[in-house]
Amino acid sequence: MGSRSTAEARAMLSSEELGIILLSLKVALCSVAFSLPLAIIIAYVLARFDFAGKTLLDALVHLPLVLPPVVVGYALLLIFGKQGALGAWLDRWLGIVFAFRWTGAALAAAIMGFPLMVRAIRLSMAAVDRRLETLARTLGAARVRVFVSVTLPLALPGIVTGALLSFARSLGEFGATITFVSNIPGETETLPLAIYSLTQTPGGDAQALRLSIIAVALSIAALIASEWLTRRASSHQRS
Amino acid sequence: MIDVDIERRVGDFELKVAFQAEAPVVGLFGRSGSGKTTVVNAIAGILRPRRGRIVINGETLFDSDRGIDVAPERRRLGYVFQDDLLFPHLTVGANLLYGYRRASARVIDPDHVTELLGLRALLNRKPETLSGGERQRVAIGRALLAQPRLLLMDEPLASLDLRRQNEVLRYIEQLRDDLVIPIVYVSHSVAEITRLADTVVLLSEGKSLAVGDVESVMGRLELRPHTGRYEAGAVIETSVMSHDVEYGLTALGFAGGQLVVPNVEALVGERVRVRIRARDISIALERPNAVSILNVLEARVTAISQEEGAIVDVGMTVGDTPLVARITRKSLAGLDLRPGQRIYALIKAVSLDRRSVGYA
Repeated sequence: MGSRSTAEARAMLSSEELGIILLSLKVALCSVAFSLPLAIIIAYVLARFDFAGKTLLDALVHLPLVLPPVVVGYALLLIFGKQGALGAWLDRWLGIVFAFRWTGAALAAAIMGFPLMVRAIRLSMAAVDRRLETLARTLGAARVRVFVSVTLPLALPGIVTGALLSFARSLGEFGATITFVSNIPGETETLPLAIYSLTQTPGGDAQALRLSIIAVALSIAALIASEWLTRRASSHQRS
Repeated sequence: MIDVDIERRVGDFELKVAFQAEAPVVGLFGRSGSGKTTVVNAIAGILRPRRGRIVINGETLFDSDRGIDVAPERRRLGYVFQDDLLFPHLTVGANLLYGYRRASARVIDPDHVTELLGLRALLNRKPETLSGGERQRVAIGRALLAQPRLLLMDEPLASLDLRRQNEVLRYIEQLRDDLVIPIVYVSHSVAEITRLADTVVLLSEGKSLAVGDVESVMGRLELRPHTGRYEAGAVIETSVMSHDVEYGLTALGFAGGQLVVPNVEALVGERVRVRIRARDISIALERPNAVSILNVLEARVTAISQEEGAIVDVGMTVGDTPLVARITRKSLAGLDLRPGQRIYALIKAVSLDRRSVGYA
């Protein structure tokens, strides 16, 4: 690198860095957007119903939290890879490919962030007074209506927290991602992957540091946003 | 017409309640733990009885034999819970309209209910900024606006202090008369039941012991262990005749005469229900003069209870209105009272205080 471009790079983001950041945001946003509805349903089921196999479902949801991420990534490769049972089927019938694509990175991030998301939403749903739901039914609202008009809005602070926790987790996802979709610049190379490969490259330290600072900034921004949104959601409810 | 015949078992507690009642206000009365709330929950469809039948105005809501169990949201019953449960994320106005939006036949008008319950100024407020009495009024209004065919109220005054209780009680009386919706009113308070209910269902340990009009059930001596310290008496329907501003008195007219009571906050012509306790009535054989008692009513003895103790109850009618006087057996002997005899019932105006005068 010449001295001019180093100076420029020091002053602002290079297009390469910008691409990495945008890709990371895209992966994290997609992972949250697609996992949120499922997380809300599972959180509701876990918070409100008792059924055979509840413990199993609970354990399954929490598995990514306790397994080594590499194992999750490998499992994804087996299931959603080109040769994987589900992966081949999705490719043939729906044209959806996860292996070595940014969509795969989003899937890996979604699964790793899922336990955090479900936990936060489940807690806030369990805190919703069930009598309010019963009351809504006596006022003529059917179950689904009650869920949408009472349970969801009252659990909103938890949903916001869960979404942001999962978002932050997605931004930092490394192990499952690199195992599942590898490190392909421009396709699957998110911030953590880029930082890792820079630290492995001679002379990449400075850029690794810059990207790390950006990662810190993004995470702090997400936490502040979470705090602000939660406060807004709960004050919206109370006053 | 409310027709309930249900059984349910929870642990050791066996509920077996059956009653039929046709009245503007049916009181479910009993101590805590007697199964009152279980009964209303079953009527509302929140609890499923193990066996039985619930029919409201000819429509079967539950019948275990025929496999009928209408979902709570399709029963069209307004339920007012013990503690004012409002949706915390909605304004008062949105709370009020929650059921109204989903109701099909809209007879009860939001403006009318808002006016009736004095909620106009609160519409944009959030529930947490309201007082207990205000919250309970909103809860009542919300239940009404769901256009129910029957209103279930489970101890709606339980979480309120005495002043708020009176405030809410007045509103309940008003809507009972204004909207003509039958009410099932659950309470362990004798005062509330006698003031509001026409028919009472007495519950004890999960069983319905008696059904009937308030005085006949509450006055029955053998039910005393379940009704507790109930003061025998009579409820009469009156209407406001005039106010005596100078002395702060109100004259109430009823079939058989006039009753003077301390100031009642009601307009001339409004109907007022007065409960006269038996022990507040004295008996004289001649019209007394120079006496402090303001109410001297000509009456005729109808019945005298046969009792061994010191106290007897003397039934009488004033015009067509039945009253009961509680006097000593000694007085009974001294006056030599017998059925058919003409007497004068003396009632101190001050004995008819706020607690015994309600809005009919």
